[in-house]
Amino acid sequence: MLELRPILSALMRSKVSLVLIGLQIALTLAIVCNSLFIISERAALMNRPSGINETDTFTVGSIGFGADFDLRASIAEDLAMLRGLPGIADVAAINATPLSDGGWSQGISLDKDQKSPTAPTALYLTDEHGLNALGARIVAGRNFRPDEISGRTRQSLAWPPGLIMSRALADKLWPGQDPIGKSFYINVEQAPSTVIGIVDRLQAPWVHKQRVVELSTVVPQVVSDGSFVRYLLRAAPGQRDAMMKRVEARLAELNPGRIVRDAKSIEKLRADVYAEDRAMMIILGVVIASLLIITALGIVGMASFWVTQRTKQIGTRRALGATRGAILRHFLAENFVITSFGLVAGTLLAYGFNAWLIQNYETARMPWYYVPAGCVTLWLLGQIAVLGPARRASRVTPAMATRSV
Amino acid sequence: MWSLHKLRTAENETTTMFGYYLKLGLKSLRRNPVLTALMVFGIGLGIAASMTSFTVFYLMGGDPIPWKSDRLHAVQVDNWDANEAFDDKGRLPDQMTYIDAKALMTAAKADRQAAMFKVALPIQPASEMDGRDVKPYLEIGRATYADFFAMFEPPFQYGGPWNAEQDANSARVTVITQETNEKLFGGADSVGRTVRFNNVEYTVVGVLAHWQPRVKFYDVTNGPLTDAEAAYLPFTTAIDLRLDSTGNNDCWKNADPGWEGFLASECIWTQFWVQLDSREKLAAYKSFLDAYVTEQKKQGRFPRPVATLLPDVNQWLALQEVVSRDVEIQVGLAFAFLAVCLVNTVGLLLAKFMRKSGEIGLRRALGASRRQLFLQHLVEAAVVGISGGLVGLALTAAGLIGVRALYAEYQHIAELDWTMVAVALLLAVLSAMLAGLFPTWRACQVQPAAQLKTQ
Repeated sequence: MLELRPILSALMRSKVSLVLIGLQIALTLAIVCNSLFIISERAALMNRPSGINETDTFTVGSIGFGADFDLRASIAEDLAMLRGLPGIADVAAINATPLSDGGWSQGISLDKDQKSPTAPTALYLTDEHGLNALGARIVAGRNFRPDEISGRTRQSLAWPPGLIMSRALADKLWPGQDPIGKSFYINVEQAPSTVIGIVDRLQAPWVHKQRVVELSTVVPQVVSDGSFVRYLLRAAPGQRDAMMKRVEARLAELNPGRIVRDAKSIEKLRADVYAEDRAMMIILGVVIASLLIITALGIVGMASFWVTQRTKQIGTRRALGATRGAILRHFLAENFVITSFGLVAGTLLAYGFNAWLIQNYETARMPWYYVPAGCVTLWLLGQIAVLGPARRASRVTPAMATRSV
Repeated sequence: MWSLHKLRTAENETTTMFGYYLKLGLKSLRRNPVLTALMVFGIGLGIAASMTSFTVFYLMGGDPIPWKSDRLHAVQVDNWDANEAFDDKGRLPDQMTYIDAKALMTAAKADRQAAMFKVALPIQPASEMDGRDVKPYLEIGRATYADFFAMFEPPFQYGGPWNAEQDANSARVTVITQETNEKLFGGADSVGRTVRFNNVEYTVVGVLAHWQPRVKFYDVTNGPLTDAEAAYLPFTTAIDLRLDSTGNNDCWKNADPGWEGFLASECIWTQFWVQLDSREKLAAYKSFLDAYVTEQKKQGRFPRPVATLLPDVNQWLALQEVVSRDVEIQVGLAFAFLAVCLVNTVGLLLAKFMRKSGEIGLRRALGASRRQLFLQHLVEAAVVGISGGLVGLALTAAGLIGVRALYAEYQHIAELDWTMVAVALLLAVLSAMLAGLFPTWRACQVQPAAQLKTQ
């Protein structure tokens, strides 16, 4: 570059400013890159599909009063009423749903004698309507038949002979093989079960448990002791919110000896289960924006100060033949050099910060392009910030140099 | 007499000089309103970011029961699978089986002890209740022992806890909270009256005044930031009525069928706390616990090596990582952000003081000492700090409203208290003065002759 030497020698004379702006740029780069990386990780987490129809579905719970509450009869009565309700596409009793963050998990073993399970799995206990109500897609094998559905109580130890599982779980248990007809154990002390169907994707209820999130098994049983039941309903498109209110009212009407509660759309469950991630993204976004504003304002402030301080020198240079463009370029180039110093330090800081996060918070390694992209952004930010003061400098006339300030 | 007079003059001089510097500082700040606004806004933003995240961090990780947190201990025993530790980090189980809870309650070796678990309570208000119609509703309750109240000290509005005899007899008694009492009895003294939970009548023995521990430390497994329970009932009563735990239930081994099988299983679903009033008692309880586990091993339970732990409240909160990782990262980032704001302020103050070189030179020439000039500029920096702190406080309040909106569960831990207000102001002033030190020092290096010459 044409005027690098005078710029450098001028900078060396005011090392303090160099250090201050450089430090600010360095910290900004480190924070912005790592924050953006965390934001993108959270966005990726939230973008994973659950495998079910989330727009039309909702759940509602019912708790009967008293130890002698007849849950089986109540479920049968409720389902008969709900299935006849216009605007309801399908309904099933189910113990948990994806995105609900609460449910039942077990270990799956392939061999009776193995010491620890091959894979964990979430268990969805539901009837033959369950998968259709969820809107999950069966890609191999078949759905349950009505005669396969039984009740599950504290007395039940054995698991039904035919179960459906998510493709991810089948791939984990039998990589590269056709899982239909393969047998496995949920309880090694009981008879094994076999795979009768595969759903394309069905997330476990716990979206933040990486180990189990894609692994789920559907069991043709309905929990029938205790007094609690959860229904999953799929409304006709566009009718969900209206149906939520209707279903709640109709259930309460049908049997007043219980509490009907917690009608929630699956979309609401999704918002709740990812609330912390969303909050983190928003907070980091605010931090990034504030940081860029502060840094830009800082550059404007410092550059203005330099322009004022060097009015005489600028005037002298103008008198000696420097064009206005040359003055402008001088300040732009000076900012570029300072920013570059800061970015070198910032690159080290950014990777250091990432290493600290990896060590303490088990985050992933930041992809390589974050730091270069951050550098380009800060170079641009610096140039834009310094443009105002630099243009003011370029308007200094030679005559002003001879005037006292 | 003479020395006192002199002392007083000196004192007066200092105060008047301080007032003078303050006036000078304010005047100087008014001279460059844009630069001043930039500095105040910068410090304010830095303070707001760090105080917002630090408040959440401080309240989440802070001691929820400071007057006795070192005497309350969670009890952990390792009843887990021989082949696999309870969790990836090798920690001991965070809850206890029913059999162990029952055995430790019976042994009663601690000063106080309470096993407990979370239950769902359908509350059925009587239809004729004071002429008001309240529909049945579902609340979370806690089944525990009488010692719970003596250990965790929730304040009572009416009545008091149930007693040990009622524990032993599985009595149908309950302690309800102020909120529940408001709903069921319109806030009247309801001790001796009956309430209906899940078709069973209970006699109210006590009503709590408002009680919301910031962090529900006695049951972090089922949500450390959830609301306090609506009602408490004896553990033995809940077991007698076969009330299921609605909290987390972890098993490594299949249970035998039925309710009895569930109670006898290796599933963990109760929390167990003890109060130990001295170090000796803590040591004694630890050896009792080890002996208990060793004894159980002989009977074929506890397949893992003997491991027991008695963390106190604060150790427990740290062990269970109650402060979320996100909050820790946010605190780190916020303080880095404050650092950026400070560097920014150093730069801007430097610019400001340097611009005043002429004035400084003049004052030096007229006899002001370096020390006086140093003080004057430090006061000016402090003025910036206080203004920044006030702006920061306002922004922190706004930030905490934002945090409460973003995190539904943070209602009790995203609140500014007086300590935090003081910390914020102090941090702002200290930061600004720290940021002002170098520019002030530079300003004082001005040579009067050099400056005056260029005028």
